[in-house]
Amino acid sequence: MIPTRESAFAAPAGAPLDRLGRRSRGWSGWVTGLTPTDALTIPWTEMERRLLEMGFVEGARVEILHEGPFGRDPLAVRVDDLTVALRRREADVVLVAEG
Amino acid sequence: MNGPAAPEIALVGCPNSGKTSLFNALTGSRQKVANYAGVTVERKEGSFVTPAGRPVKILDLPGTYSLRGRSPDEVITRDVVLGRLDGEEIPDAVVCVADATNLRLVLRLVMELKAVGRPMVLALNMMDIVARQGGRIDVDRLSKELGISVVETVAVKRGGTAALLAAIDELPLLEDPPTEHGWREPTAAEIRAAHAEAARILHDCAFHPGNEHLTRKLDTVLLHPVAGVVILLAVLFLMFQAVFSWATPAMDLIKAGIEAAGVGVGEILPDGMLRSLIVDGVFAGVGAVLVFLPQIVILFFFIILLEDFGYMARAAFLMDRLMAGTGLHGRAFIPLLSSFACAIPGIMAARVIENRRDRIATILVAPLMTCSARLPVYTLIIAAFVPDETILGGVGLQGLVMFGLFATGILSALAVAFILKKLVWREATEPFIMELPDYKMPAPANVALGLWIRAGAFLRRAGTVILALMILIWFLSSFPAPPEGATGPAIDFSVAGRIGHFLAPIFEPIGFNWQIVVALIPGMAAREVAVGVLATVYALSATGEEARQALQPILSAAWSLPTALSFLVWYVFAPQCLSTLAVVRRETNSRVWPTVMFVYMFVLAYAASFATYHIAGALLR
Ligand SMILES: Nc1nc2c(ncn2[C@@H]2O[C@H](COP(=O)(O)OP(=O)(O)O)[C@@H](O)[C@H]2O)c(=O)[nH]1
Ligand SMILES: [Mg+2]
Repeated sequence: MIPTRESAFAAPAGAPLDRLGRRSRGWSGWVTGLTPTDALTIPWTEMERRLLEMGFVEGARVEILHEGPFGRDPLAVRVDDLTVALRRREADVVLVAEG
Repeated sequence: MNGPAAPEIALVGCPNSGKTSLFNALTGSRQKVANYAGVTVERKEGSFVTPAGRPVKILDLPGTYSLRGRSPDEVITRDVVLGRLDGEEIPDAVVCVADATNLRLVLRLVMELKAVGRPMVLALNMMDIVARQGGRIDVDRLSKELGISVVETVAVKRGGTAALLAAIDELPLLEDPPTEHGWREPTAAEIRAAHAEAARILHDCAFHPGNEHLTRKLDTVLLHPVAGVVILLAVLFLMFQAVFSWATPAMDLIKAGIEAAGVGVGEILPDGMLRSLIVDGVFAGVGAVLVFLPQIVILFFFIILLEDFGYMARAAFLMDRLMAGTGLHGRAFIPLLSSFACAIPGIMAARVIENRRDRIATILVAPLMTCSARLPVYTLIIAAFVPDETILGGVGLQGLVMFGLFATGILSALAVAFILKKLVWREATEPFIMELPDYKMPAPANVALGLWIRAGAFLRRAGTVILALMILIWFLSSFPAPPEGATGPAIDFSVAGRIGHFLAPIFEPIGFNWQIVVALIPGMAAREVAVGVLATVYALSATGEEARQALQPILSAAWSLPTALSFLVWYVFAPQCLSTLAVVRRETNSRVWPTVMFVYMFVLAYAASFATYHIAGALLR
């Protein structure tokens, strides 16, 4: 279902995979990888690097602190020691595991 | 060691790391600044002398997380650092500014910057906050790990830049620096590797106790789906009420002072052309504009405060979905909010938006936001036509009308953006990824310096462009003089009167008399000029004592209410500012967009004023 990609950083087999964009306020876990989605509006290599530069690297702790007031979008996500706002569409790129 | 020219240092760092504060602390008011509000968009240059007596030039660059240049703003940072801009070398040294409470992302930026191959200092800024939170950083070890000098700074404290100044003195500046740099765009794998390296270094060199509790607590309220939106609206409403009412005492003072000065000068000078020029041209014109300095200062005060506090990013977060609904980026909120002060900084602030079409849409609608130059016009007309009453227990009617004009501007901006993005371009939206910085107590010195620079810019504008225009207008409306024994006001015979009369039929359907039309043309130079021109036109077409009367009662006698309303509505929409069009030309690097802007705004203004005039006329009959 989820498009996979050859990557040294792929999540360990069996880890519960989920997309950050589908989670709600209060959820916390860690980043297991980044994969393209159909809803991308910029080239994947660009999207991937933008998210990496903002700290969405494999192993980073994430916690959803807030949801936007309209349509529960965008999300305010704690990424390790930084708070980043991003839309669910972008957060969908980030694979996460609970814990 | 130092060559003939002062070495040039570039300040680079992530957004909100305190670059501008550091720049201010180092240079004081020795800045060559683009005059405008809100965000760091223009390249700002300053100069200072180090403790060892070395003169240094320094550049404040737009914040960035990487050198890849993902927005026009970040491209400037990259191009300056890599010496790609025309006629510019790679800077002699780089000072990377880091928010020391948040080192992870900036360490990766440091690695990219090192590849440029210039001497470099890492300034660990905000060390006061690290200390307060009980964090520790092993500066020596960090310096060894990174292979560059590392110093602690507190940009907002007196003497907080001492270590940085000392480090700048010790920079091993190259006599004959190579013109090549070693940077290239990193791949995703390289970014991952750099992150891993940064994490290792941080683990070894820094201890941070983690959460900024205050920011978390504040955010539970300020980003609350209901409370957050209510607070945002309250902040905006407070801003407009403040601009309208708090400024009044200062405005009255300035007005009285200028009037007294005009009368005084008028008594000294012999009756004649020169006196007419000084009293009716210079004092009446520039005076009518200067009076609005207090309002502009209050508005900028709010914008700078909200920006420094860290609230602007929250406002963008809260508004993103609504903005996206109109097809705009959440980041467009900041340029649009800045446009309340002046569309020019707002349009320049649109550089923070990566996508070109998002930027253009934002730029095109920015002038619909009510800029401070419209305030003189609104204030004058509202004071003349709206009774100074309170309704609904304490809400001023005049303030309410003002709010209505602001709201009309905002709503039509969103509507135009929607039509452009969804109907004309039919395109998908740009990703929205933005840091929400920790809240900071704004530093009074920084706010004061920001206000000083902006007030100075306004005064320079009033003192040069506007003064020149006022004299031109005085000239146009005084020459040729009426023939001997002619009846009727003198301006009827002047060039300005003829232009006004010539164009008047075009504007008659929207209820404008020729005096208004005369005011519209010089009003193109700057919206607020219209007030001065109206003063000139009416002062000159009246005689003797009446000429000294304030403009307000003249207007309420001369204009019908539908005309006044039509004029207000005209000012909400009309492309009344040449400087804005010039900036759009520059920012979009095309003649097409300023033309599009002029045409759509003119059509909108004419249609809306036409409707207002006729509906108001029908209702009042
Ligand atoms: N406590 C503290 N606040 C700082 C320091 N440096 C900057 N600030 C605040 O941080 C905020 C952002 O600073 P600014 O200079 O605008 O950051 P820029 O985006 O990098 O230019 C402002 O509210 C500053 O007053 C510092 O060393 N200590
Ligand atoms: Mg800045």
